[in-house]
Amino acid sequence: MYRYDEFDQALVTQRAKQFARQVERRLAGELTEDQFLPLRLKNGLYLQLHAYMLRINVPYGVLSSRQLRKLAHIARTYDKDYGHWTTRQNMQFNWIRLEDMPEILLELASVEMHGIQSSGNCIRNTTADEYAGVAADEVEDPRVYCEIIRQWSSLHPEFSYLPRKFKIAVTGSDNDRAAVKVHDIGLRLYRNEAGEAGFEVFVGGGLGRTPFVGESIRAFLPTRDLLSYCEAILRIYNQLGRRDNKYKARIKILVHEMGLDEFGRQVEEEWERIREGALTLPDEEIERIRTHFEPPPYESLPAESAAYLAKRTQNQDFATWADQQLADHKQPGYAIVNVSCTPIGRAPGDISSGQMEVMADLADRFSFGELRVTHNQNLVLTDVRQEDVFTLWEALISAGLATANHGLISDTICCPGLDYCSLANARSIPLAEKLSARVADTSRQQEIGEIYVNMSGCINACGHHHVGNIGIVGVDKKNSELYQLMLGGSAEADASLGKILGPGFDEDGIIDAIERIVDAYVSLREDGERFIETYRRLGPAPFKEAAYDGTTQGR
Amino acid sequence: MSQIVIANRLRDGLVVFLGNEKQWVVQVQDCSPASDETHAAELLAVAEAAEANQEIVGASLIEVEMREGVLTPIKMREAIRALGPTIRKDLGKQAGN
Amino acid sequence: MALLKGGKSVDDAWQRIDGDEVLPETGPVVVDLSRWQQDRESLIARADAVGVRLQSDDDPESLAGDLDHLTLIALDFPGFKDGRAYSSARVLRERHAFKGELRAVGDVLLEHLLFMHRCGFDAFEIQSDDPERDWQIAVDDFDVWYQPTADGRPTALQRRSS
Ligand code: SF4
Repeated sequence: MYRYDEFDQALVTQRAKQFARQVERRLAGELTEDQFLPLRLKNGLYLQLHAYMLRINVPYGVLSSRQLRKLAHIARTYDKDYGHWTTRQNMQFNWIRLEDMPEILLELASVEMHGIQSSGNCIRNTTADEYAGVAADEVEDPRVYCEIIRQWSSLHPEFSYLPRKFKIAVTGSDNDRAAVKVHDIGLRLYRNEAGEAGFEVFVGGGLGRTPFVGESIRAFLPTRDLLSYCEAILRIYNQLGRRDNKYKARIKILVHEMGLDEFGRQVEEEWERIREGALTLPDEEIERIRTHFEPPPYESLPAESAAYLAKRTQNQDFATWADQQLADHKQPGYAIVNVSCTPIGRAPGDISSGQMEVMADLADRFSFGELRVTHNQNLVLTDVRQEDVFTLWEALISAGLATANHGLISDTICCPGLDYCSLANARSIPLAEKLSARVADTSRQQEIGEIYVNMSGCINACGHHHVGNIGIVGVDKKNSELYQLMLGGSAEADASLGKILGPGFDEDGIIDAIERIVDAYVSLREDGERFIETYRRLGPAPFKEAAYDGTTQGR
Repeated sequence: MSQIVIANRLRDGLVVFLGNEKQWVVQVQDCSPASDETHAAELLAVAEAAEANQEIVGASLIEVEMREGVLTPIKMREAIRALGPTIRKDLGKQAGN
Repeated sequence: MALLKGGKSVDDAWQRIDGDEVLPETGPVVVDLSRWQQDRESLIARADAVGVRLQSDDDPESLAGDLDHLTLIALDFPGFKDGRAYSSARVLRERHAFKGELRAVGDVLLEHLLFMHRCGFDAFEIQSDDPERDWQIAVDDFDVWYQPTADGRPTALQRRSS
């Protein structure tokens, strides 16, 4: 993974000291709350329902065991002994005291972490494929470019007061696991016919109140031009993006109102002016960063471990878990191991300090000391020898981290909702808990197969409900919680946005409706068809009928 | 209509309440609500002064009622703030921490 | 309101002319963009220096052909969260090589000085009791930068490869 050099480290330490001063000025009354708000947001500090919430960046989801131990320490010392993985691969703490922030930021800086630009109207943490560097289907490693973007976007003097927040995602595989088409800028890294690496650039995607799937604005951008092109896009957006209405301030609205062609023309025009300037990436710098992402010292192993296969036949529970949680590794004899932080009946993405420490230890023992945080709020150990998987699994069981639900219905994506979030209309965690308790049985879930259920507590869509195969969004109706159901969303390469099925449901009603929809799918699907495929083949009608069948719900 | 002020303490973000006693308290039961608009306006004035004085942030008047002998904010959002997360009964004011 | 320039509080010799206000006989004046466009010739003919004040939604390109006549351009921050003038400043300094004074006016606080300076501002109408102290605090905050701008501060990349 990337390790800070003296410059990176100095910047993060200086930022921690700057914020300490800003906190001091706020407490002394030299800054009003209005003036302080954007400053604390740019350091990841929100004021939520119960207390301050601190969002800490995990750059493109890559985390070292040392960093995870530090997060455990912070959770235990400054918070209530747990943290929460977000849908943007970050960590949130829910019970932070403002006066502790200077200390916390210095603690974080000591392990190359921070909350810089994890909130506010600026360029946020860049996200990437969680299997970056190890996926069998990867063309190029996106982390190199994520790190380049991270540096360029950190404390960008021109783009720190944008019309609205700005999110960039990079994928290096054709199987897009980074949902690049629902980001302000999405980058698909590939090699052109000449074998040269570059990006297809998508712009104007996003969820929230007005969801859009991003459109391709440039078919091929050489990697050396990455930053000048991003700077051109951001400059046009900063100058022309709407500032009169915060619901229309994202770049997607600008692109939509200007039209993709005109927006693209202006970007290209600006890019022409700056493309040969100081932002052009020297090959040496790309190489310097690439060396940080060299593969770890793998052993040469046979493609399949006999020990692993033997354990599979001896232990059915292990085989079931492994079927669900393992993914193919490009290195023979190794496996990618998904670790669920979404156990049955518990809040998706929550993890205790103790579990963080267990995961840090397991990463050291089995996966070169590195972990990944995923956009569906789980963890990944990317480089586990197949022969170690059984021992790892036993350790995960003792830590309560061995749920086998990767990609299954109970592995919901879920935002904090009204249990924590001050913008929420309705709670979302209880729905996730109830749904997973309802379908708890793994074999039943496996029989249902791949299906993504995403839940948000309001239209801000932190739970990415538009791109869930089944999406749920909370709305407030006369002080009671009401949930709308949408079907047909997907965050993959063929991204699509879900459509609202009909009238909303209450908490129990929506769980029943989902169950009936799933039953309908199981009876209607053709061989090997995933939920999304059946939905696309048949359209909403049969699912709508099932959802509202014999119910007084759906008022 | 019974009202109290709800806010967060600036230093630690903790949710606090203000009733007729004009004291910021941590548990909603420890304050007695204003029963008319004049008293409510007084509370808000106290809160605004506290806001200007860097004691609290985000003060607002909310409606409360007695539910089974317990003073409870009417809106679910504020009721959750007065208790803690509904999915973690071991945390927040409901758990006394 | 104090004027901060080169790290020092200085006297402001410029008179601000709102809309169609009558111009003083002598002395440097700052006019709005519309006034500039309307009275361009007579303003250029003045013996004293002329500046233009751009609102945050004015396009800096509209001054591109006039920069030789202007000694000062003031860019307005109607609220500090409106960040358009950061781009305008870079466009004027970097795209058009404007050499005169670029002044930040409006909602300008200590916390914004450094980014403004990086984007090319060299004068600040700041709300502060002690602008010189504010300046010192602001510029001392960071000595590492990733972004190349026209302010001459070396980037991390340049320092890495030197
Ligand atoms: S979707 Fe709404 S409720 Fe959920 S975390 Fe985002 S803002 Fe809060």
